[in-house]
Amino acid sequence: MSDKPKNTEKTSEKTTDKKAEQHRRLSVFKTYKLYVGGKFPRSESGRVYEVTDPRGTWLANAPRASRKDARDAVVAARKAFGGWSGATAYNRGQVLYRVAEMLEGRKGQFVQEVADAEGLSKAKAAEQVEAAIDRWVWYAGWTDKIAQVVGGANPVAGPYFNLSSPEPTGVVTVLAPQESSFLGLVSVLAPVIATGNTAVVIASEKSPLPALSLGEVLATSDVPGGVVNILTGGTAEIAAPLAAHQDVNAIDLAGADEALAKELEIAAADNLKRVVRPQPVDYSATPGTDRLTAFLETKTVWHPTGALGASGSSY
Amino acid sequence: MASAMDSAFAYAPAPESRSVVDIAPSYGLFIDGEFTEAADGKVFKTVSPSTEEVLSEVAQAGEADVDRAVKAARRAFEKWSALPGSERAKYLFRIARIIQERSRELAVLETLDNGKPIKETRDADLPLVAAHFFYYAGWADKLDHAGFGSNPRPLGVAGQVIPWNFPLLMLAWKIAPALATGNTVVLKPAETTPLSALFFADICRQAGLPKGVVNILPGYGDTGAALVAHPDVNKVAFTGSTAVGKAIARQVAGTKKKVTLELGGKGANIVFDDAPIDQAVEGIVTGIFFNQGQVCCAGSRLLVQESIHDELLDSLKRRLATLRLGDPLDKNTDIGAINSAEQLARISSLVEQGEAEGAERWSPSCELPSSGYWFAPTLFTNVTQAHTVARDEIFGPVLSVLTFRTPDEAVAKANNSQYGLSAGIWTEKGSRILAVAGKLRAGVIWSNTFNKFDPTSPFGGYKESGYGREGGRHGLEAYLDV
Repeated sequence: MSDKPKNTEKTSEKTTDKKAEQHRRLSVFKTYKLYVGGKFPRSESGRVYEVTDPRGTWLANAPRASRKDARDAVVAARKAFGGWSGATAYNRGQVLYRVAEMLEGRKGQFVQEVADAEGLSKAKAAEQVEAAIDRWVWYAGWTDKIAQVVGGANPVAGPYFNLSSPEPTGVVTVLAPQESSFLGLVSVLAPVIATGNTAVVIASEKSPLPALSLGEVLATSDVPGGVVNILTGGTAEIAAPLAAHQDVNAIDLAGADEALAKELEIAAADNLKRVVRPQPVDYSATPGTDRLTAFLETKTVWHPTGALGASGSSY
Repeated sequence: MASAMDSAFAYAPAPESRSVVDIAPSYGLFIDGEFTEAADGKVFKTVSPSTEEVLSEVAQAGEADVDRAVKAARRAFEKWSALPGSERAKYLFRIARIIQERSRELAVLETLDNGKPIKETRDADLPLVAAHFFYYAGWADKLDHAGFGSNPRPLGVAGQVIPWNFPLLMLAWKIAPALATGNTVVLKPAETTPLSALFFADICRQAGLPKGVVNILPGYGDTGAALVAHPDVNKVAFTGSTAVGKAIARQVAGTKKKVTLELGGKGANIVFDDAPIDQAVEGIVTGIFFNQGQVCCAGSRLLVQESIHDELLDSLKRRLATLRLGDPLDKNTDIGAINSAEQLARISSLVEQGEAEGAERWSPSCELPSSGYWFAPTLFTNVTQAHTVARDEIFGPVLSVLTFRTPDEAVAKANNSQYGLSAGIWTEKGSRILAVAGKLRAGVIWSNTFNKFDPTSPFGGYKESGYGREGGRHGLEAYLDV
């Protein structure tokens, strides 16, 4: 542990070092906690692990979530699914836009956290954070458009009304990318919840702090509790019970290496989870709709059209 | 079937002629445009389930044959995928037209090999098969406009494994979109129904389809497993049981193979108290007795509102008593044979379990033919959600009847299943249809109808009924690198 811990909550600490010394004021550290069911619990296991920047400087102790924390997160996500998937697309769009608004206001904090987490300059970190904010805006706009793009009427050869509509898959486990601690995280999380799914997110193992701070933003952005649940700790340890969980409907393996991804995909087959395999992604590029459609089901509804006339309806 | 019908109003036999189809005593594998024996010389017999008559002896593909077929498909892929879409389209249009021309022959063949009534193969299977090829033919040169970005690319070699319940239709669902998008195919038909796929091979030859674009490998589960596992297969498409679907999902883990699975179901058919009873009864019958209930999207759980339970059951039983079970080639037959001795044993065992668990079993008085595999239409009443017959897919002519009081209860019971393929809703109230349809976790919802299919209409399940869609624009995605 370093002699001069830098807790990232105090973004202005470095610039005001001299002033702080003059006043002998000790900064206030933040206790990083999980985000589950709209609340901020510690891990039920009581475990934490040291988070450092790339140079090894101590940043914080993050919760090391357990299997039990993962199961609790699934319960919270399932509970939230009915309300969130049942909300209007317009409403979900406004909530996602609100996330962007809240992030904009706390940009400085996230720039500092991302700079620390990924060893980036302030300028580079700011690019990441700004792109992440814009990504929320991109997906906020998608909520009430994706159904028109991927659904529609089917011209069946018979007297039937036939309509296909996308619906959210359910509870989705998201292994956030290990390297891109914030932009990558937002890029895989936002599309999952935009369409009405609820998420259990495992943050980057070595850089979990921006994810935990995002939880604080979500909690103040009208995102209903349980829609997003954020866990930190050992990716493999937390992912294993989630990949095997019978009440999880899908899993995004973005943050898994090849060996772990294979193991989790095998476990996920047990209840036929929808699986997105890890693949190289340029998170700075404008995303397509792939991550939206990966967690959508197509429902097709038929109804006889009947016929008007003296004989009345024909069905 | 019913004694009342045995009198003056009995139907005279009206058999469709078998002479329109010429079944050879033996068939080979279809690899690289040629019929060929299996490398190890293995063969198996395919029988008519209604008579147990041996129809033909068919080569059984082993691992070496799978490898040969995949190599042929790989060689063919380069040219096939490079063809202008408009040329691929014309091959598929040709195939669609030849199927239409030969549809009576294929319908009789399918009825002989599968055991389902001729009126189904003639009026449902074959028209849908031709329509499916016709539909996807039109997509082949319009993929840029399908919503997957410009110039979406095919995946390569598709390994396809299909079931015995709609042998030629499932082949069409697999092969038509695969070829339209520029993939080449190795397809394994089910071991009890290989013949229509082998006749399709002949249709490919008549259409002048380039060699190796379609390869047909009859065989058992191990042939399918070898195909799925082959390292040079880029795409796996499977229709069949959920257990095998899960095994495939495990097998492809860690590979780059794209997978679509269309698996089992336990569809809820929900009848509200304001439903037109007569239409609902017809829909219930269509839902569970079409193709002897050997349908993944069958409406095998009847959820009836408590207040009309007795009335509906009386009507349903009266209707079941008029169903005609017997010779599948007879044009008046409603209920044909069960596809195999194995499937009959599975149905029988689950029905016995239903009785043992306390559900009440009923069938109309019904004489079963002395040879072949037969099972009388069967109802279970006093069924609870915990009963095996309410939970497991029976894949036979067996309907489990449960009741509900409120729409919420109906939705909760309908969704209380590992499956999520189909559901039915019967009510005169439009807002109730839309509200209930919105809450059902199933891929296909039939309201005031049941078991309707169309090539433009995406089909596939939620939850453990599998993933991916077949049919429509959606069905292209399974075969494109998108």
